[in-house]
Amino acid sequence: MSMQDTATRKLLERAAPGRVDFENLVVVPLFAVVAALILGALTMLATNVEPATIGRSYLALLQGSVGSLGAISETLTAAAPLILAGLGLALGFRAGLFNIGAEGQILMGGMAAVICGFSFSHLPFAVLMPLCVISGGAAGAFYASIAGWLRAATGAHEVITTIMLNMISYRLVDYMLRLPWVQRPGRADPISQSVPPNAELPALLQWLDPNLRLHAGIFLTLLAVVVVHWLLFRTKLGFEFRASGASPEAARYAGMRASLIIVLAMATAGMLAGLAGANQVLGVLGRASPGFSAGIGFDAIAVALLGRSHPVGVLFAGLLFGALEAGGRQMQVDAGVSIDLIGIIQALIIVFIAAPLLVRALFPWGFRRPDSGDGRS
Amino acid sequence: MTLAVDRPDPAAPVVDKAERRRAQITGGVLVALAAFIVLVFGDASGDATFRLSRPRDVWVIGDLVVPALPVIYVAAALTAFLGARLFLRGGGRWSTLSLGAGLALAVIAFLLWATAGNAFSLTGMLQATVVRAMPIALGALAAVFCERVAVVNIAIEGMLLAGAFTGALMGSLIGGWGGLLSAVVVGGIFGFILAALVVTYRMDQIIAGVVINLFVLGLTSYVSSQVFAEMRHLNNAPVFRAVKLPVLGDIPVIGPMLFHQNIFVYGAFVMVVVSTYYLFHTRGGLRARAVGEHPRAADTLGIDVYWTRYVHVTVGGMIAGFGGAWFTLGSVGRFDENMTGGRGFIALAAMIFGRWHPVGALLAALVFGFSDSLQQKLALLQTPIPSEFLAMAPYVATIIVVAGLIGRARAPAADGKPYIKD
Repeated sequence: MSMQDTATRKLLERAAPGRVDFENLVVVPLFAVVAALILGALTMLATNVEPATIGRSYLALLQGSVGSLGAISETLTAAAPLILAGLGLALGFRAGLFNIGAEGQILMGGMAAVICGFSFSHLPFAVLMPLCVISGGAAGAFYASIAGWLRAATGAHEVITTIMLNMISYRLVDYMLRLPWVQRPGRADPISQSVPPNAELPALLQWLDPNLRLHAGIFLTLLAVVVVHWLLFRTKLGFEFRASGASPEAARYAGMRASLIIVLAMATAGMLAGLAGANQVLGVLGRASPGFSAGIGFDAIAVALLGRSHPVGVLFAGLLFGALEAGGRQMQVDAGVSIDLIGIIQALIIVFIAAPLLVRALFPWGFRRPDSGDGRS
Repeated sequence: MTLAVDRPDPAAPVVDKAERRRAQITGGVLVALAAFIVLVFGDASGDATFRLSRPRDVWVIGDLVVPALPVIYVAAALTAFLGARLFLRGGGRWSTLSLGAGLALAVIAFLLWATAGNAFSLTGMLQATVVRAMPIALGALAAVFCERVAVVNIAIEGMLLAGAFTGALMGSLIGGWGGLLSAVVVGGIFGFILAALVVTYRMDQIIAGVVINLFVLGLTSYVSSQVFAEMRHLNNAPVFRAVKLPVLGDIPVIGPMLFHQNIFVYGAFVMVVVSTYYLFHTRGGLRARAVGEHPRAADTLGIDVYWTRYVHVTVGGMIAGFGGAWFTLGSVGRFDENMTGGRGFIALAAMIFGRWHPVGALLAALVFGFSDSLQQKLALLQTPIPSEFLAMAPYVATIIVVAGLIGRARAPAADGKPYIKD
């Protein structure tokens, strides 16, 4: 973008405050979702799904995500770990760290929470549950800070080290699940002992209907959104994170301790991913099994990107992905369309949101014209 | 994203502090490795027998019989020496070599310990090494093409998966060669899409890559559960068999390894040679590298930066598509959901490990293939080490190597940055 355009844009923003924000925050995502759904329908058409079934599947998608109390409960349950891990990744992006390792950090956090749960099952709920949540966060933080330390001490790039740590974590979980003191007695397959009831995140709505899975992890998630927002935008440490992400050179000249910031940022990101793992095992699964992270760590990358690495954005992006996840399950049951379609729709939404130029090219009438095709780079 | 963090100024003669510290950490790791070798592998007894020939070979050579324990101690002593030297001298020219040698010695000691009092087909393992390295090598080569023109390609995973899927589908419909060609074309299409997103629409390169991975995973999983589940004949492609080259294929050890393989292995070797020549000995390659190092200067000299990026990223996609077809047309002929299983990311690591060079990428891929096949073969020998730890070893080794090497490897200067023409 040349200087001229920037100046014009600044003037426009001053002249019509809110208009640009409105387009970026509301119109673009809205068009993105619509365009993704249309392309999803075309995909279904291409694979021989009848038009009537397509209509039924989108209706099921809507019903399964927000159509009933049960649907909302499922949406929130699916969104919580995505938001938690997404917050961690967003914080990393802000600090200039591309952490792909949420998957491994979720696994480590979940394992720690499970082990803590069944090892100290004699403790009362008020002590045990927080202890398990904290140990999950601590394990995630420790696992992520390995990558942070390697980056700070040797310059090994975190993309590579976190991918490798993911691979290692899968094997480590497989190994741990077969240890005699972890494996469930009487079982030959790798599966852990169950989390005792006094370590579980309590279900919130079971007094209405025992099938409602929404649990107290949602409060943990909301708290995390607030804390991360405060940390990033209201504290010195958060400023240092953002400064070293925006310009490592400038941050160093300003006297910030680059190595320490990298390790701390990775540890915080890992803690949030570890909390997501603890949230899953203590609130939903009740035990650990191989690969229980179920790709949440990778979906969380998309959530963080979609939320533009802003805590509030991550909250909404996570809710959207959670809704698609919950609705997708309903869609599979009602219309017999594979839930994998949701993956396609999610990817398309991110494309359209991350490349505003593309949306503007596809839907020219939705936008103010003088922008003449020059979006934000 | 630049993948080398701090780049030592080539003009500076003194070894800087960061590099000294890195060398000291590496040296420490090597000394620890030596201690590990003595402590864990020190209980080996008997001779280790490595079979070099197979029963039906034309020229048969004898087994390699090694007294396990003495050689293990020698390996440990050498590793300790290399580590101590690195620790005290702090870097210098030999640090990379020392690290490589130390890790190789550790692998040798491990092999001897696992095989002691037993026999083991070395040739079979090396053949499997080459086969298993190929998708990683091809993915890494694709990444080299993209990163040399300063486009970071996280989407290798998705391109491999797309190639595997297309190979299975089109292979079932129009035969093996048609399937292979379609896989290459579809890989190229995804390369073109990546180029369009990052060059024309200036999307963040990492985001674009993540999106392509998500999209391909979603699309292929969707079709495989929606369509393949019912119409199995669409997912039943012919497989390219291994072809034995005359004479060369009969050489002991090397023959089965290099000259009795399928089209993907030969193709990968040819492509590595051709792309090395192209990148470093032709005008086009020089221009491509110029675009990766300093796009504005290249533009000033009349090189079309956008066009160069489009072409190379598309070619990279085609190579990845070819590598992806290995998973279906090169092994089982059937597509399974997410069957690439993260190999695209390992390919990315192999590219960095191989210093953005085709030959380096191939060698790094062979290291991964070796540990992959080693782990599989050793399951037969029943070592007391849990198999999960064997499976972890290559990833731990990658971390050690990347931590020890990366300061010396250098990414193309403009890597990951969009170029905006005035």
